[in-house]
Amino acid sequence: MMKKKETIRVENLSTGYHSKKGYNIITKHINASLFSGELTCLLGPNGAGKSTLLRTLTAFLPPVDGQIFISGKPLFNYSDAELAKVIGVVLTDKLMVTNMTVDELVGMGRSPYTGFWGHMSDNDHRIVTDAIDLVGISNLRGRMVQTLSDGERQKVMIAKALAQETPIIFLDEPTAFLDYPSKVEIMQLLQKLSREQAKTVFLSTHDLELALQIADRIWLIDKSHGVTIGTPEDLSLSGDMSMYFHREGVTFDAESGMFKICHKLGKSVRLTGSNAPYHMVKKALARQGIDVNNDSHNPISIEASEDGYTINGLKVKSIDELINIVTDTIDS
Amino acid sequence: MSILGLSIIVFFILNLLLGSISIPMMDIFGILTGQHCDNEIWRNIVLKSRVPQSLTATVAGAGLAVSGLLMQTVFRNPLAGPSVLGISSGASLGVAFVVLLSGSIGGMALSKLGVIGEVTITLSAIAGSLLIMALIAFVARKVRGNVTLLIMGVMIGYIANAIIGVLKFFSAEEDIRAYVIWGLGSFSRVSGGQTSVFIILMLFLLPTTFFLIKTLNILLLGDSYARNLGLDIKRARLLVISCSGILVAIVTAYCGPIVFLGLAVPHICRGIFHSSNHSITLPASMLGGASLALLCNLIARMPGFEGALPVNSVTALVGAPVVMWVLFNKRKSEV
Repeated sequence: MMKKKETIRVENLSTGYHSKKGYNIITKHINASLFSGELTCLLGPNGAGKSTLLRTLTAFLPPVDGQIFISGKPLFNYSDAELAKVIGVVLTDKLMVTNMTVDELVGMGRSPYTGFWGHMSDNDHRIVTDAIDLVGISNLRGRMVQTLSDGERQKVMIAKALAQETPIIFLDEPTAFLDYPSKVEIMQLLQKLSREQAKTVFLSTHDLELALQIADRIWLIDKSHGVTIGTPEDLSLSGDMSMYFHREGVTFDAESGMFKICHKLGKSVRLTGSNAPYHMVKKALARQGIDVNNDSHNPISIEASEDGYTINGLKVKSIDELINIVTDTIDS
Repeated sequence: MSILGLSIIVFFILNLLLGSISIPMMDIFGILTGQHCDNEIWRNIVLKSRVPQSLTATVAGAGLAVSGLLMQTVFRNPLAGPSVLGISSGASLGVAFVVLLSGSIGGMALSKLGVIGEVTITLSAIAGSLLIMALIAFVARKVRGNVTLLIMGVMIGYIANAIIGVLKFFSAEEDIRAYVIWGLGSFSRVSGGQTSVFIILMLFLLPTTFFLIKTLNILLLGDSYARNLGLDIKRARLLVISCSGILVAIVTAYCGPIVFLGLAVPHICRGIFHSSNHSITLPASMLGGASLALLCNLIARMPGFEGALPVNSVTALVGAPVVMWVLFNKRKSEV
């Protein structure tokens, strides 16, 4: 693997919007770096300032305070044309284009390099083909963009960013509106690009668990705590994850690095058994607010194993049936 | 593309051949090739009416269609067009100001001033259309949704017409007549030396829009993506909007407001070529606009109508269904 290199450095950055009353500051005093070959995820609740931060880093918005350096050079020293060759973006903006093929759209990524008339050279065509192959959408090349699914369109825009040949790619919620397999696919693709192409990939997302599994580095952001940065594992152990995402009924399980919904458990049953059936029954009981307590002289005793389920010696066919009997018995 | 080109030639020739007075084909070719013709009236009709009218329709149609295409791209709105967004009304307002007020304030009727009058009318049309264009550009940034922008355009058109109504009240009768005739819209109003001025202006302006092809294509992706691709958005918008506004203004100044042509042609072209790439749609709109304008002019002058049918009725008959078709097609997504 290539040695990672600092591509973006942020010093004492404050982001926000300029309004009539002065500055409306959203996030203050961020000090951080982004590295090539790494996938960094920006996580935070709605309204925490994710988009503002992303827009500031892509030079769509001027910073309220502080400095952003790209490859050591201040961001405001880049012209629009220079920046187009350094940062590629994939946005949530709805694409209004119709009657444009995937090939043409990815080809738009070459426009910072083409001349006055926008004519594409053989080399430009080759780069477009490479980008399309890399994202794995060569079967879509001739399709019109309005006929694509959300996931396919997201891949096309990623291919556009690749054709732009920028060392840095920013993505604003690339997994929003996608079904779960597509979310995973997009995240894996981005991880692959960061590794194989040594790109600096930075994206905002709401898909917490996916980000925790795939991201090399996480930026946590919210209104009260500001920005905290680290690997998913460090943030889990330090308790920052629980702090940022603390909600009624949700706990962060540091052991698995996953969020768990905690059900309010009141009543309990005895449960014995083994392996997957045991865990599945336990999970189904938890959803009903029923805990497992084997010490008690509980009137209900359940056995769950690969051979089947029994409740107080009575054999039942499915967990569905089991739960019905348990809830009936407990309530009466 | 070559079929479009061919259709222009066919319609152009038909425009020369057909009219309320029938002139034998051989004589028309004779007159055009400079051979002696006994019938002085025929000679005048061909050289002073049919030829300038056909040429005017050709470039005016091309101009309006290109202008409509530029507006649809820069506003990212399929319903944008010179007449729909009130740009033509703006030009009318500009013209109304100078035509209607010149008599009562300046003391002389502009309609009698000849070349100076013509230049003044053109400049006032440009001023009026750019003013409305700037207003629409401002509104377009504030409001989301195509229908809202469309309604704003229609309202601006009403306001412009209301102001024109007030102006008429204070105007001399002959100025009003001159304005009303101008307002009907016609490719035949331009005559003699003015035709060549108009055509030269347009032949200079139309090709300059080709310089905008790359910019227009990038603008298709929306402002944020366009900026990220290194485009100076403010400058690009200004350039495209002024090009489009000036084209509409000049055509409107010389031919009066011609409705729906600018809106309909780009849609027809995108439909024919299945492309949004401006290196295709721009020349296609130019050719298509010229062709459709010639066809509309031809229909308006069909023997039987005796020139009584205003060209606007024909363009509306062609254009309005296109608007409905666009609305039907877009109802699921953004409109």
